Amino acid sequence: MPKKLYNEPSPLETRVVSKRFGLENSESLEVYLANEGFAAFKKAKEMTREAIIDEVKASSLRGRGGAGFPTGLKWSFVPHTSPKPRVIVVNADESEPGTCKDRLLMEYDPHQMIEGILIASLVVDAHVGYIYIRGEYRYLIEVMDRAIEEAYAKGYLGKNILGTGWDFDLHTHSGAGAYECGEETALLDSLEGKRGIPRMKPPFPAVAGAWALPTLLNNVETFSAIPPIIRDGGKAFADLGVPKAGGTRLVCISGHVNKPGVYELPLGYSMMKAINEVAGGIPNGKKLKAVVPGGSSCPLLKADECDIPMDYDSLAKVGSMLGSGGMVVLDETTDMVKFALRIMKFYAHESCGWCIPCREGTAWLKKILERFNAGHGRHEDIALLGELSKNMLGRTFCALGDAAAMPTISIVEKFAEDFEKRLSREMVAV
Amino acid sequence: MADMVKLTMNGREITAEKGTLLIEAARQNGIEIPSFCYYEGLTLQAACRMCLVEVEKTLKLQVGCTLPVAEGMVVHTESEQVKSARKGTLEFLLTNHPLDCPVCDKGGECELQDMVFAYGAGESRFTERKLHTPEKQWSPVVYFDAPRCILCYRCVRACDEGMGVKALGVANRGAISEIVPNHSDHLECDECGACIDICPVGALTSGTYRYQTRPWEMNHVGTICTHCADGCRTTLGVRNDKIIRGNNRDRSGVNGEFLCVKGRYAFDFVEHPERLQSPMLRSGDEFQPISWAQALEIAGKKFKAAKSFGIIGSNHTTNEENYFLAKMARQGLKTENIDHHRTGDLATLFDALSGKNNALATTADLYSSKAILIAGADLSQQHPFLAYQARANFRHHAAHIYAVTSGPVREDQQAAASVRVQKGGEIAGIESLRDKLKAEPELVIVFGDAIQGDAVRKLVAFGDSLGVGVKYVCLVDYSNSRGAFDMGVVPKNGGMSVEQMLAANLDVLWVVGANPLKNATMSPKKFVVVQDLFMTETARHADLVLPAASAYEKSGTVTNVCGEVQKLKHALKVMGTKTDLEIMGLIAKEMKLDLGIWLPEKVFEEIRKNVHGYDVSKAVLDLGAVTTAPLNGRVATLPGVIQSSGDTLFTSGSLTKYSKILNEVMEAPGALYEAPRATRQAPVSPGAVEK
Repeated sequence: MPKKLYNEPSPLETRVVSKRFGLENSESLEVYLANEGFAAFKKAKEMTREAIIDEVKASSLRGRGGAGFPTGLKWSFVPHTSPKPRVIVVNADESEPGTCKDRLLMEYDPHQMIEGILIASLVVDAHVGYIYIRGEYRYLIEVMDRAIEEAYAKGYLGKNILGTGWDFDLHTHSGAGAYECGEETALLDSLEGKRGIPRMKPPFPAVAGAWALPTLLNNVETFSAIPPIIRDGGKAFADLGVPKAGGTRLVCISGHVNKPGVYELPLGYSMMKAINEVAGGIPNGKKLKAVVPGGSSCPLLKADECDIPMDYDSLAKVGSMLGSGGMVVLDETTDMVKFALRIMKFYAHESCGWCIPCREGTAWLKKILERFNAGHGRHEDIALLGELSKNMLGRTFCALGDAAAMPTISIVEKFAEDFEKRLSREMVAV
Repeated sequence: MADMVKLTMNGREITAEKGTLLIEAARQNGIEIPSFCYYEGLTLQAACRMCLVEVEKTLKLQVGCTLPVAEGMVVHTESEQVKSARKGTLEFLLTNHPLDCPVCDKGGECELQDMVFAYGAGESRFTERKLHTPEKQWSPVVYFDAPRCILCYRCVRACDEGMGVKALGVANRGAISEIVPNHSDHLECDECGACIDICPVGALTSGTYRYQTRPWEMNHVGTICTHCADGCRTTLGVRNDKIIRGNNRDRSGVNGEFLCVKGRYAFDFVEHPERLQSPMLRSGDEFQPISWAQALEIAGKKFKAAKSFGIIGSNHTTNEENYFLAKMARQGLKTENIDHHRTGDLATLFDALSGKNNALATTADLYSSKAILIAGADLSQQHPFLAYQARANFRHHAAHIYAVTSGPVREDQQAAASVRVQKGGEIAGIESLRDKLKAEPELVIVFGDAIQGDAVRKLVAFGDSLGVGVKYVCLVDYSNSRGAFDMGVVPKNGGMSVEQMLAANLDVLWVVGANPLKNATMSPKKFVVVQDLFMTETARHADLVLPAASAYEKSGTVTNVCGEVQKLKHALKVMGTKTDLEIMGLIAKEMKLDLGIWLPEKVFEEIRKNVHGYDVSKAVLDLGAVTTAPLNGRVATLPGVIQSSGDTLFTSGSLTKYSKILNEVMEAPGALYEAPRATRQAPVSPGAVEK
């Protein structure tokens, strides 16, 4: 039975990483092998580690978890000759509101990620890997465990993989429901069995990560992009995108669109085209109000800022980010007070509590927005929301505080009229 | 000299050792970078964000407590951006803080108050509902009020890293994060109270101190704890002749901030209702209160008429009192029958070390030595401060710790090697570590009463054979055990030991601050004069009981287990009591003996002149601890038994019974730190003597 996809693919997609999505039994090793599976690993086994890194650098692949750090460079940082064993960790703690791509990569094509991990293991000379899967993705642990079992059974994991003499063990590990554990160092603490709070950097995980061992940590999509890069060459992948940001990425389009879903689009793809053509436009002829370009942590774009190509530099130019590919489209009926509250409820709930500005700031902002939304807003609250967010911005221990502050600042600055409207309508005196 | 780097801070060029954290470099140069979570000696957290500073050429504010200084760095700690960040952080902190300063124990000593006063805003913009959770009691001495907590994690670290106990953790996340005991709803720990002292706010409060006073109403008297031999300075908060609190926040004394449950709380015996406040004379099976004048007259007459004396001194009384007692015995009463409850074989160690220089370790050596061997002692139980030093040494300097003990000990956590031996097998156990110890650049050997007599000589011979610098600590039990030995309260010239005195036919047995009959019997009967705080087992057999002042009620000096002399400071007066020195002086006066003036300062002058190693600098002594020079020369072999009383963290010999707080702590639910019972030796064997 072909697996029912969550959304119909669009003919406008460039399907490289997601090309097996929709195939019958796409999650099986058999189908994977029949569709160029493990060709990249066999090729990589014949290459030097430097050549593999060069190929990844040539692809201009950047981390798909949200920070967008160049993957080839990251791989080159791991001290592969360290006397300590190296560890590979896959960040599958996909928790960013609006982002839902990693689950598909694991559900539809788990072996592609396994192959990507194996290729990375050659580069950093690692023999063990952990896939840290978001606690809420319980069912994916079963999918991954089945895939891993199958790979072991057929000699694609374990001792002497494919007779190459390469050993690699892979394990899944469940998160326990904390957004913070998607932050790489908090993830490592959690993996080690500790309370998931971020670590001080330096040392970076590349040098001292899981159990203080040199650790290569990448996102699911990043690992999944490795096999096509090695198989078809880094340049071929890079050419799909724009300079400095190669290839394609899975864009998760949700919100007020006719065809929400996950679509693989080349970097630099027009945002308006993605909304109007790939995702089928805004329902009921409503007008676009705002776009969350890359997951709820990114500053929002007003409708008139959205006519841009989706690549790192273009987004930076309008003061936002490509993030983890979670695009939320908001039409003109959206109440931005409510929207800001919904976001802040999430961050206040998910703040790990380690540092003061994030712990107290998100809780306070949530309370103000709750009161405002309940009709008890005061005029000075609008400025206060912005000021408090700025008191968090750049001052918290990890990026969670920034993630809460940035969209809030953009909302109160760009959509102040929504807040004003609530005031005049309610006429509440305090 | 270490590499120095030059940097500019607030327009001033300063230098600091390479690798110094910005916050420390600033402090060294008189610039304050505020912080809550940064705490010297504990791991870095970077959690409170109070230490954010502006460093030129960086994009955002930098964390002063984790950033090492670098050459040419330009730092601003008082720029508008920095000030506004501090203000913002404090505003956040106060959102859920109850601001109950008027009734908070910490009011006046609170770091949050100080910080808001210095850097905060005058008013808050927070108009929402505050979070609230009820206060919890975690143990008889520890209460936790979560709303006041700012989550700096100092308590968690002090307990884990400082004490090696790990009784505290964090539960929940976000704004409802809360410090919690790691064992359900109560503490399973040493009850040392370090978490309370280190708390910058009033979140952790002390069961004995809470709601008793405002801090500024107390006098703060820095004196030395009277319990174990480690000689920790405890600063007593005294109001109207009542001790309300013990801590050592000013880090004076050898112990810095460290105190165990006894140093911090067990001062309450001072006001126990059974405290003797009048001299008592036996009449039949009863005691009659008499006046001091009558008592001294009776003592004087009896002493004058006596032909033979036995004198048992104390390991709690001051050096001055011990010295005066020994002097009075030998010069006034003409007897050599003077002894005290000896708990470690100092005599043999000093004899074995004759001719060696610098062979006795100080408490500071335990923090700095590259290697420490603990033999035949449960250090965490009996010498909590020495154990703390070794633990800190392991944590800060990666010192190698070796344990040769009869049962599991807490030092096993840090130990490079642990050897379990039957009692008596310590030397063989140590011998098995020879190769490892030989490879160490230096070594401190800490040993308990399991090693005595010949075993001590074997131990020193072993140390000599290693070919590295070895220093020793002979563990003794009580606050002035070492001083009693040094002052000559021992039967060194053919006198009788404690046991011999109890069994001998003597006219008078004079017991000064000791309780030899706790676990022993006396016969034949003699005229017994006892000076003590309480009606002890020994006092009950006395003919004349004289109420003495405790260590907290007198001035003088005591010498700790490592030979460091420190000053006692008189904190209060208990009506009806006299110090042992005064009592001795008055008895001598009654007997018309000329033993000189009995003021502590005058007697200490004599000690400096006459006691080997005690010619110490008075200026240094006034400031803190001063190390005595070790005895250097043959020491006579002494008769009698040497045995530690085997006190635990929660007992203190005869004083245990009279400390309400120690008993409450022992009776409270939850396990106190203790090595597994089955493998531990019996604490006191029958016939042992104990103060």
